[in-house]
Amino acid sequence: MSLLRTFDTGMRGLLGHRLRSILTTLGILFGVAAVICTVGIGTASANSVNARIASLGTNLLTVSPGSTVSFGVRGGSGSANTLTMEDVSGLQDKQDAPDIAAVAPVVSGSATLVSASSNETTTVQGSTSSWLATNARSLSAGIFFTQQEVQKHAQVVVLGATSAATLGAVVGDQVSIAGNPFQVVGVLTSIGSTGFTNSDDIAVIPLTTAQDEITGGSPDSVQRLLLSASSSSTIGSAYAEADQLLLQTHHITNAAAADFSITSAATLASTAASVTTTLTILLASVAAISLLVGGIGVMNIMLVSVTERTQEIGLRKALGATPRDLLRQFLIEAATLSFVGGVLGVGAALLAGYLVPRLANIAVAITPTPVIIAVVVAAGVGLIFGVYPAARAARLAPIAALRAE
Amino acid sequence: MGAEIIRLVDVSKVYGDGDAEVRAVDGVSLSVKDGDFLAVMGPSGSGKSTLMHILGCLDTPTSGEYRFAGEDVSGMNERELASIRNRRIGFVFQQFHLLSSMSAWRNVELPLLYRSAHDRRQTALNALAQVGLTNRVQYRPNQLSGGQQQRVAIARALVTDPTMILADEPTGNLDSKASREVLDILIGLNKSGHTIVLITHDPNVAGVAERVVEMADGHLQDRVAA
Repeated sequence: MSLLRTFDTGMRGLLGHRLRSILTTLGILFGVAAVICTVGIGTASANSVNARIASLGTNLLTVSPGSTVSFGVRGGSGSANTLTMEDVSGLQDKQDAPDIAAVAPVVSGSATLVSASSNETTTVQGSTSSWLATNARSLSAGIFFTQQEVQKHAQVVVLGATSAATLGAVVGDQVSIAGNPFQVVGVLTSIGSTGFTNSDDIAVIPLTTAQDEITGGSPDSVQRLLLSASSSSTIGSAYAEADQLLLQTHHITNAAAADFSITSAATLASTAASVTTTLTILLASVAAISLLVGGIGVMNIMLVSVTERTQEIGLRKALGATPRDLLRQFLIEAATLSFVGGVLGVGAALLAGYLVPRLANIAVAITPTPVIIAVVVAAGVGLIFGVYPAARAARLAPIAALRAE
Repeated sequence: MGAEIIRLVDVSKVYGDGDAEVRAVDGVSLSVKDGDFLAVMGPSGSGKSTLMHILGCLDTPTSGEYRFAGEDVSGMNERELASIRNRRIGFVFQQFHLLSSMSAWRNVELPLLYRSAHDRRQTALNALAQVGLTNRVQYRPNQLSGGQQQRVAIARALVTDPTMILADEPTGNLDSKASREVLDILIGLNKSGHTIVLITHDPNVAGVAERVVEMADGHLQDRVAA
């Protein structure tokens, strides 16, 4: 029997059991779509993290305080308050730290912002006028607050694009932050979401005002220091200078016992990349398992089909079908179920890739490689799981098969 | 008449061994010539079904020689037997064995799928015309009466122009009127030169054959046609 005719026969077999064929196909469809979508979401998330980190600038360093130790239990990084304004002035010394261009101390907390028309709770950061430069951000309207305003504990605020839009506030408006009136002096240019945090949903106020109204605590203590190196090529020496200076001012001789840690955009990028990769592998594994389950579904339905069509198999054998003809017929049926499922799965994934970003604000980047792999694996799964049922069909003795009820 | 189609020499089929040994067919010899119309009779359990399976190349004998149209089939493998069945034998079964998802002509076409054949549709339609079902070619089996279904099955047996038509209780599931139609078709086919072997337990059915043999306890004996 020619392959084309076997194919035709196989198709007739599948169309003879339409509902069953469709349900089996669905199993593969969801498996393939799940694999493509999870890999797509992982890829999109990695892309956006990388883009976000690139937008941070490669010359940003962040100094976080070390962790506290209480009753022998080490707290998380950043749980201690070891960074002070003294550190800030030390790092600003052009003599000791020639490669550090700017230093911005940061405190942050959460507060409710109320405008004339709306309100929202968001992250409020207190910093100095260097905040804009160290974060590599820019303004779309107004100006950033000045060093004088920081010293005067001025009640002025620079809003992120999302916050400004939510509040319906423009430059010159009044908004209330934690119950105190602030004047909006500027709005930041949007840089988009990183997938983890939204950098546009933010309010920045003078450090001194933030310590008074939001975070409390000693006016000398800050939560983080943002440093920008004079250029991306001097980031290594800026790192060394900051490390050296902070060890000195904190009177620490053993670098391993440092009560602070310094991270750069590069280390952020590699951490983010490994987190994203791990998540993607995890999700894709779950999706791959569902593809496997779909394959077992194909095998199951082919076994049912062989059992149910025993008489047909016997008849075909009596009429001259060889074991090979039947093996091929059932293999083609199994492979077709999963191949069609795979192709429809790609369609479903493309549809999801179009709809999900619009409905759920999750980016999906569908690339050709996982699509091809998923379809090939799906067809392969069908073939592999179809072999056993097909071999059973081929092995049936014609008389036993004809007599079956 | 013509050449020898079937030659069985001391053929036995044994199932099981030791105390459980069953000699379903025990030392049977038989000769059928081209153009013959033979009926094999016998009650159930007499071994006539086993004999039919051996004659139809659906099973191979445990011992003895079986030559079909000059070819020794006793030692053939499954693939060679499939080829013999496809080229040489047309089957008609008691339960019709039509595929319910296919139209009449698709059912008749089936054996042609397992050989190289041109104009399969036309060949199938010709066979259906021979059994008088030209106006039923697109019908599904469940839209046809029992007699019509068996006629479709006969068309399927005819379509390959086989050396022999092997009919196993072809009227077993039919009423007397439909039985008569089916037997008339078989008689007509024999008249036009087809070799027919008919397996039945019914003496009236066996009566249409030129020659009747009887199976009993695995042995075969000739009996004068009524």
